Amino acid sequence: MCDQTFVAITFGPCDRCEKNFPLMSIYIQGEAATYCSFCVDTMACEGLTKGETLVTLKNESDSLKKKLEEERNKLHDIELHKVAEKVEVLGALPIKTRRVLKGHSNKVLCMDWCKDKRRLVSSSQDGKVIVWDAFTLNKEHGVTMPCTWVMACAYAPSGCAIACGGLDNKCCVFPLSLDKNENLAAKKKNVAMHTNYLSACSFTNSDMQILTSSGDGTCALWDVESSQLLQSFHGHTADVLSLHLAPSETGNTFVSGGCDKKCNVWDMRSGQNVQSFETHDSDVNCVRYYPSGDAFASASDDATCRLYDLRADREVAIYQKDSIIFGATSVDFSQSGRLLFAGYNDYTVNAWDVLKGTRVSILFGHENRISSLKVSPDGTAFCSASWDNTLRIWA
Amino acid sequence: MAEGSKDQGTVVMGTATSPTTPTPTTITITDPEEDSPNMIVYRKIEDIVMRIQDEKAGGVAIRTVKSFLSKIPSVVSVHVCVFVRSSVQVGSCVLGADIVQWLMKNLSIEDSAEAIHLGSLVAAQGYFFPISDHVLTLKDDGTLYRFQSPYFWPSNCWEPENTDYAIYLCKRTMQNKARLELADYEAENLARLQRAFARKWEFIFMQAEAQVKIDRKKDKAERKILDSQERAFWDVHRPVPGCVNTTEMDIRKCRRERNPHRVKKSVYGTPDDSQSPSPVHIPSSQPARKATREDVQKEISFLNIQLDRHCMKVSKVADSLMCYTEQFMEYDPFVAPMEPSNPWLTDDTSFWDLEAGSRDPSQQRVKKWGFSMEECLKDPAGRDQFLKFLESEFSSENLQFWLAVQELKRRPLQEVASRAQEIWQEFLAEGAPSSINLDSHSYERTSQNIKDPGRYSFEDAQEHIYKLMKSDSYARFLRSNVYQDLLLARKKQQPSDTEQGRRTSLEKFTRSVGKSLTGKRLTGLMQSS
Repeated sequence: MCDQTFVAITFGPCDRCEKNFPLMSIYIQGEAATYCSFCVDTMACEGLTKGETLVTLKNESDSLKKKLEEERNKLHDIELHKVAEKVEVLGALPIKTRRVLKGHSNKVLCMDWCKDKRRLVSSSQDGKVIVWDAFTLNKEHGVTMPCTWVMACAYAPSGCAIACGGLDNKCCVFPLSLDKNENLAAKKKNVAMHTNYLSACSFTNSDMQILTSSGDGTCALWDVESSQLLQSFHGHTADVLSLHLAPSETGNTFVSGGCDKKCNVWDMRSGQNVQSFETHDSDVNCVRYYPSGDAFASASDDATCRLYDLRADREVAIYQKDSIIFGATSVDFSQSGRLLFAGYNDYTVNAWDVLKGTRVSILFGHENRISSLKVSPDGTAFCSASWDNTLRIWA
Repeated sequence: MAEGSKDQGTVVMGTATSPTTPTPTTITITDPEEDSPNMIVYRKIEDIVMRIQDEKAGGVAIRTVKSFLSKIPSVVSVHVCVFVRSSVQVGSCVLGADIVQWLMKNLSIEDSAEAIHLGSLVAAQGYFFPISDHVLTLKDDGTLYRFQSPYFWPSNCWEPENTDYAIYLCKRTMQNKARLELADYEAENLARLQRAFARKWEFIFMQAEAQVKIDRKKDKAERKILDSQERAFWDVHRPVPGCVNTTEMDIRKCRRERNPHRVKKSVYGTPDDSQSPSPVHIPSSQPARKATREDVQKEISFLNIQLDRHCMKVSKVADSLMCYTEQFMEYDPFVAPMEPSNPWLTDDTSFWDLEAGSRDPSQQRVKKWGFSMEECLKDPAGRDQFLKFLESEFSSENLQFWLAVQELKRRPLQEVASRAQEIWQEFLAEGAPSSINLDSHSYERTSQNIKDPGRYSFEDAQEHIYKLMKSDSYARFLRSNVYQDLLLARKKQQPSDTEQGRRTSLEKFTRSVGKSLTGKRLTGLMQSS
């Protein structure tokens, strides 16, 4: 019952304590800020010169970024394609479609090779996950997922299981058996649980762990047997679309790419983001390590693919052409790292000379967007999955 | 070619009164979702399409067409086309061949097939279309193409309703014109829509009639242009069966579109009472979180770590990448020929069968083991040979430890603790049967870790042992007779007498024991030979 008049003020999170309170607009060192009354009092008592505000922190961060860029630029003494001028030019590549895998009734969204170099698993918008012997075109296993849009699938290193997931926000594992009458769906095991769609999944070098990435902006490492979360990776500020494990026998790192235009390298053991690259102009759809593990390539909706080197901590090559205006959706290296195959939304696959930065071949064949592309484990062929409901093997 | 004919005929540019000719002024859009993936492509296409039409700035010659109804010759030769100065301006078109030439010249395309493919995609998105038929592809000949009105551009995020489509099809049947006759699939669609909208049909019919009345008032030439543009719009949104539906979206990117909830916008301005949501997954939208102090503090510490990082110069890195690639190029099936052949090309699986057998690996394969210890260990045959060699030197415990720890990391979570203990007992504990030598620092760290055994308890130890093997055992392995024999494909002497025979069988025995990672070393047995 007071007869005080109140000034109309906004309600929301305070810039300093982040709690929801009625806010007051104040100026600190010339910058506007909104604080709750408690923080205003505290600030006033502490003195305005001390105390880190969001604004001063941002300034510090910006100056550090500038300094980092300067330091890195000092090491940028020459371009990769200039150094590569002395490398012999590649002759024309006689790459053709060698197999067409038909069987899906809707867009094929993802595929993965088996370590035996001829089998592969594919998943589709029709909810079906099929295991093929690509060499004979034989369909060996099939399972229908309860949810359509199965965006991710992976083959276990032993060849005895597959993992898949998508709009259901989960990643589940199916053990494969030689039994003709098997009911794969019955042996399904839910391993991962995200709060948004599953964009990619990959087994580590064992059937017992799975690494996943999701539209919820995180990646996670799971123990398959217990479905326990072993490690989670936070840092992306938007959907994570792709991940790839480093090929090293001794390493514990992986790289991820997302809709925040960033490619992040993570330490699996600590969950820390160890390196970050942000040079793309749009979503990063796919990331893949160079065979030595010292660099990785990315494919983006800005119609370019880029090569980032981990030791130089910067982008070292960009693969683009005026005539390529549609986004690149997937990339993979050939066995030696000399060629980079990239699938695009203009239905083509382009083969790039990694060192020289030039395009070696353009491959036509698919009748709709290419969603996924992977080179086989021994490098003898690569497979592309497309929205035209088919997969193609090229060699 | 094009330039020559321009002198002969008359070229009448689209006049300013025609509402369908896009003006060269840029359309400014203040839209936060400008950078959504689809928009990026649309803007690029729109830039191309504008440039093509901008004759002054190196665009393509624009032609007039005598009459819409007469057959347009689709002959490649440009000289056959007739240019007529006519008061009935039926619209400005360009030749398919000219578009292809323009694309090749202005987008640095060397092969016309690529230009045709790109042009066909631009047509399929609905930015230009052939005036005679409505197959949305680009042909490299005298086919005439008209540009779509910006009103109908896909970048306006159209999601036309079925009621609009019904009105449109209905409208077509009302006008007694040959060119507006429905194609088979359109007639089928109309029949289906009539069934679906049975109750609303009177309303739809009325709308169609009203449209026809308005259209009749328009200028004949203008109407023809608008009709063709409208039809091209529907060809995109209700494609001919068998054609790609270019309006399909990648579901992962849906939520960032300008119209995320796909609120239907009526093409003809009719209010739609049945707002049935489209069957698109709408993930819970996450508004961009305002950066908090913690976020920025984390960013600062991350940046500080990056500043401290020692980085290599690009020149050095480039040399390293080139070296690696060069070394492995002979193993790359896309660049070098495969022996005996690439299975995918010849349908002959010998290449895989040879790789699978780990006895008598090829020289090329053995050479790879010499590139680095990593390559050696990656190949199961290489790993076996290396282990065998170490056993012959009684120093295999290092590699066995390393392999055991690798295997530990692959175990399911609940087995990890017990297995880690086993490894400790086998290799590191006091009086361990296969004891390895660690520096005191690593030993300290490991003995601390083992109190709470986990997957990474042996990381330090493993790293130390790896370095040791690399600098010591691996180098000796490469110099060893065993390796050199394999590398140079020197045939082994056949075991002719029992002395030799016993030794080979003993070797086989120790090799198989070595494979079992917890096997005790058979010092006694080895010494007896």
